[in-house]
Amino acid sequence: MSILSLNSVSKSFGALKVTDNVSFDVAPGQALGIIGPNGAGKSTLFNLITGNIPADGGQIVLNGRDVTRDTPMQRVKAGVGRSFQIPQPFTHLSVYENLMVAAQFGGGHHGAKAGQFCMDILDRTGLADEAESASGGLSLLQRKRLELARAMATSPRLILLDEIAGGLTDAECGALIDTIKGIHAEGTAIIWIEHVLHALTSVVERLMVLNFGQMLMIGEPAEVMEARAVKEIYLGIEV
Amino acid sequence: MSKTQKTNLMRLLGLGVVVLLALVPVIGTRAAVQDLFMVMTMLVLALNWNMLAGFAGLVSVGQQAFVGVGAYAMFAAVILWGMDPLMGILIGGLAAFALSIPMAFFTFRLNGAYFAIGTWVVSEIVRLSLAQWKALGGGTGTSLPKGTTKTMFGVPQIKDMLDVSSAAAADALTYWLALVLVLATLGISYAFLRSRMGLGLQAIRDNTEAAKSVGVDPTRLKALVFLLTAFGTGLCGALLFIQITRVTPEAAFSVVDWTAFVIFITVIGGIGTLPGPIVGVIVFYALQRLLADYGTSYLVVLGLIGIAIMLFARRGLWGLFSDRTGFELLPLRKMPPARAQ
Repeated sequence: MSILSLNSVSKSFGALKVTDNVSFDVAPGQALGIIGPNGAGKSTLFNLITGNIPADGGQIVLNGRDVTRDTPMQRVKAGVGRSFQIPQPFTHLSVYENLMVAAQFGGGHHGAKAGQFCMDILDRTGLADEAESASGGLSLLQRKRLELARAMATSPRLILLDEIAGGLTDAECGALIDTIKGIHAEGTAIIWIEHVLHALTSVVERLMVLNFGQMLMIGEPAEVMEARAVKEIYLGIEV
Repeated sequence: MSKTQKTNLMRLLGLGVVVLLALVPVIGTRAAVQDLFMVMTMLVLALNWNMLAGFAGLVSVGQQAFVGVGAYAMFAAVILWGMDPLMGILIGGLAAFALSIPMAFFTFRLNGAYFAIGTWVVSEIVRLSLAQWKALGGGTGTSLPKGTTKTMFGVPQIKDMLDVSSAAAADALTYWLALVLVLATLGISYAFLRSRMGLGLQAIRDNTEAAKSVGVDPTRLKALVFLLTAFGTGLCGALLFIQITRVTPEAAFSVVDWTAFVIFITVIGGIGTLPGPIVGVIVFYALQRLLADYGTSYLVVLGLIGIAIMLFARRGLWGLFSDRTGFELLPLRKMPPARAQ
């Protein structure tokens, strides 16, 4: 059974169709990458999966259960964690408190165990030394790490990463990839939107291309990147 | 001095102030009791508004609805149903709580400035409706029956204990009730904010979409705070009007007295901090006394001070003091557990 299935999911903003009849499956523990030009509807697809925006049509199934009408909170509890493209920390809370919110509400952890659980995640994401820092004062790299750490604190079975490597240097990106590989190795399914292709292809087993809200192609990364249509649309290469 | 020592020192100072305040009706003048009663009731209103705006991100401009309904319910309990005014206070709190349910139902569909205007509109509707209640004087209002406060529960005992007039004993009783209300509001707010729900509430205030994405239910938590603060504000409104002994729709639903001043107190003291309203109410009282001879122009001065604080000290006077000195009273921050070596 797939951990996530989208069946003919659509979404329009006025006359603009941003998600057009998209269908795909993600198996438990699988890593799927999503690429596409700006405005292709990648982040909207995430918002549809998490329930931050409602779908106009189609069906979203999580662990065999139809969650199309569920609230974002119900979907978190069903095992979906996410990061945002533009980091959204709880700025007046410390880094540790950011994780505690996620661990207690999304992950269902309580008491001292929740605290230790959060510290373990901060260790893994390289933020342990910043645990007491106000999250509003973090650097871009630290904010990206916090996005990942906070999503991990909800104990997800499926984690959605939205351009988590964007804007980072190669060295910073390398450390982040190692952490993501670690999450993947533990059996957590991943859907990762990314423009930094070398980062993406070093983790994912499948790659999907979106264009104007439609799924152009899905398959093995090497096969997808070699496809003529992908080169034309995404890389701007005339073939 | 370490941070913990500073916090302990502040707590010790706080305890000393509470003991001193409790003794005012015994050792102080009646004028001091009446002045401090007003200060403490304003503090209760500010603490409740701070929970709404400072921690839940709900900037309400309609809190006078709960003060007014609390006051009117207390008057109804005493005049129409023959109850003791102390029971009337509880009825006042419950009436405000009951009002907050439909009020939340309508205003929670609005955001930001629209929510603020929505709460004000609902408050005006309630004021106009209660102005039609002929049994409580309609538009001109009514007074508590003569001698009501002098015979309320506890007054004869305080009169004997302190050897004062019945009127002074009634003042002492309402004063102590106001002090209990301050301590209860502070204590409950602190316990709530330190809890899991308090952390979720602060997450919603900072970023609602991100809070939803980690499993926090914004509507549920905001509604809980809205309802609880309505109850506290209603209790305070009823208590205030026991002391005033006369109610009119204009006085009970005054947006300036029960909301604008309360916003001023919270903003200058430090919105989103628990000790902020305490500092704010002291400054507000001092300014009121200092500028009492200048009529309504003192409102302009209050406004200018409020604007200056908002521009140059966004966490208010308490935030400024706390940031510079490291002193904390009722700290909310959750500290991480010690890491295994």
